[in-house]
Amino acid sequence: MNSLLKAENVHKSFNGVNALNNFSCDVHENEIVGLIGPNGAGKSTLFNVITGFIESENGNIEFIGKVITKYPSHKIIKLGISRTFQDLRLIKQMSVLDNILLCFNNQQGEELQNIIFKSNSIAKVEEENKLKAHDLLRHAGIEEKANDLAGTLSYGQQKLLSIICCLAADSKLLLLDEPIAGINPEMREKILTIISELPSKGKSVILIEHDMDFTMRICNRLIFMDAGYKISEGTPEEVRNDPKVIEAYIQ
Amino acid sequence: MEYLLHILILIGIYTILSVSLNLLVGYTGILSIAHAAFYGVGAYVAALMALKLQTPFLLNLFLAVIASGLFGAVVGIPSLRLRDDYFVIATFAFQIITFSILNNLVDFTGGPLGLPGISQPNIFGFEITTHVEFLVLVIILAGVTFWISNKIVKSPFGRLLKAIREDEIFVKAAGRNVSDAKVKVFVISASLASIAGVVYATYITYIDPTSFTIMESIFIISIVIIGGSANLKGSIVGSIVLVALPELLRFIGLPNSIAANIRQILYGALLVIFMLWRPQGFLGEYKFGKESAARSKK
Ligand SMILES: Nc1ncnc2c1ncn2[C@@H]1O[C@H](COP(=O)(O)OP(=O)(O)O)[C@@H](O)[C@H]1O
Ligand SMILES: [Mg+2]
Repeated sequence: MNSLLKAENVHKSFNGVNALNNFSCDVHENEIVGLIGPNGAGKSTLFNVITGFIESENGNIEFIGKVITKYPSHKIIKLGISRTFQDLRLIKQMSVLDNILLCFNNQQGEELQNIIFKSNSIAKVEEENKLKAHDLLRHAGIEEKANDLAGTLSYGQQKLLSIICCLAADSKLLLLDEPIAGINPEMREKILTIISELPSKGKSVILIEHDMDFTMRICNRLIFMDAGYKISEGTPEEVRNDPKVIEAYIQ
Repeated sequence: MEYLLHILILIGIYTILSVSLNLLVGYTGILSIAHAAFYGVGAYVAALMALKLQTPFLLNLFLAVIASGLFGAVVGIPSLRLRDDYFVIATFAFQIITFSILNNLVDFTGGPLGLPGISQPNIFGFEITTHVEFLVLVIILAGVTFWISNKIVKSPFGRLLKAIREDEIFVKAAGRNVSDAKVKVFVISASLASIAGVVYATYITYIDPTSFTIMESIFIISIVIIGGSANLKGSIVGSIVLVALPELLRFIGLPNSIAANIRQILYGALLVIFMLWRPQGFLGEYKFGKESAARSKK
């Protein structure tokens, strides 16, 4: 299997607390990796470091063979990594459709010179993107919400929308930070289904989730971390039965 | 009649200034208090070119736009990478520095005495001299400014700006270069503001630094807020109201010295009233500023 993302000895501390402790991990193509561990383990920090939102103190991150450790966020993300946030983020005062349109990557219309001189081809790309956005919404079952303000959706629908936004970017790797936490079972199933389909579409996922049962269901591999350390890694079965993991969960 | 035309020309000039500032303050949610400085850069570039080199109006206009955009880049590139409040301070500094240069570089800018005798526009042999002709000129230039600004806010780039106003982190996560977009809109805004300066200088034919003070910046910000943030038509309405309203004071028969003071009080009062009861302005959908981007309850 080809390696997509490779993090080596990544280190990050906040005020002396190690959020990531020489943390290393690998993500291959077309797999879903579950990242589990107690609160404060450093899971979200890992996402922030990978996407360049936080600079690591040490270590090396490679994505599709490029060293991205020092890249600015926008460059990393354009290379093909999308993410969601634990504290849900959307442009709440814009329509659902506009949120998705914002996340497509082929935006000639964001170049100033094109706005004046290439209105026609911009309009064409917009129309194509709108069709794609509607397809994504339809697939997710919330097409009727297309023109509503994102902020008016239910919490679960907003979480779903944040994943749709990642899909619009058509990234190779999706970093999903607790995408099913705090939402109703029906929406949870819908989101789990969407995530589980991603490897068949050539995408990989790192999924942060507390609930072992859900991660067991859709993840190919699990990584358990605590206090910035990788404690255990392997198939869901292996990790679940790892004494170190059991011990940490009992604590 | 000339007086009425004069007011209309001023409204046109302030429309250029407020529409261009709205791109920045209203749509992107970042505050610049240097808009009058860019207005001044436009006026002085056009005036100096006309006076010292006798270059034609359209070339002066072009150079003013370029010069103002360059100044915008110089101020914006370092400061917009930092936090928005540093940007406000940087624009404040630029405003103050610009004024002192205009005021103190006496040999070049005439200092406090200003630059008299600026030639009126001559466009391909057509002389613009009467009030009606100036009104047509300012309507065309305000129209161009509005057209460009409208194109921008309706484009995907405009969508990006509005998203930045609401949540930069989301925009960053969408793979966009936030500070780059801010620099671009700031440069555009500065360039467009200079157009107003060129018109002003060639219309009045005399400029001095007092027309381009921080008070002027605040006046333009007031137009944007009262007309409506993130609404370009609102800026036209704002310009009409804030330019025409004080003129009405004259008709009440107040002496000029008192009218000037009352005008200041009026602007302040209007701002307070709008902030309290209609923070979205006459036509705006959004309250001014970033954290208050929430759609105001109707
Ligand atoms: N921006 C930050 N500033 C200071 N401390 C932080 C920051 N982000 C995370 N931390 C700290 O780093 C540790 C790991 O946090 P986090 O990565 O959010 O954990 P998890 O997502 O696994 O719950 C925690 O102790 C947290 O308080
Ligand atoms: Mg977290």
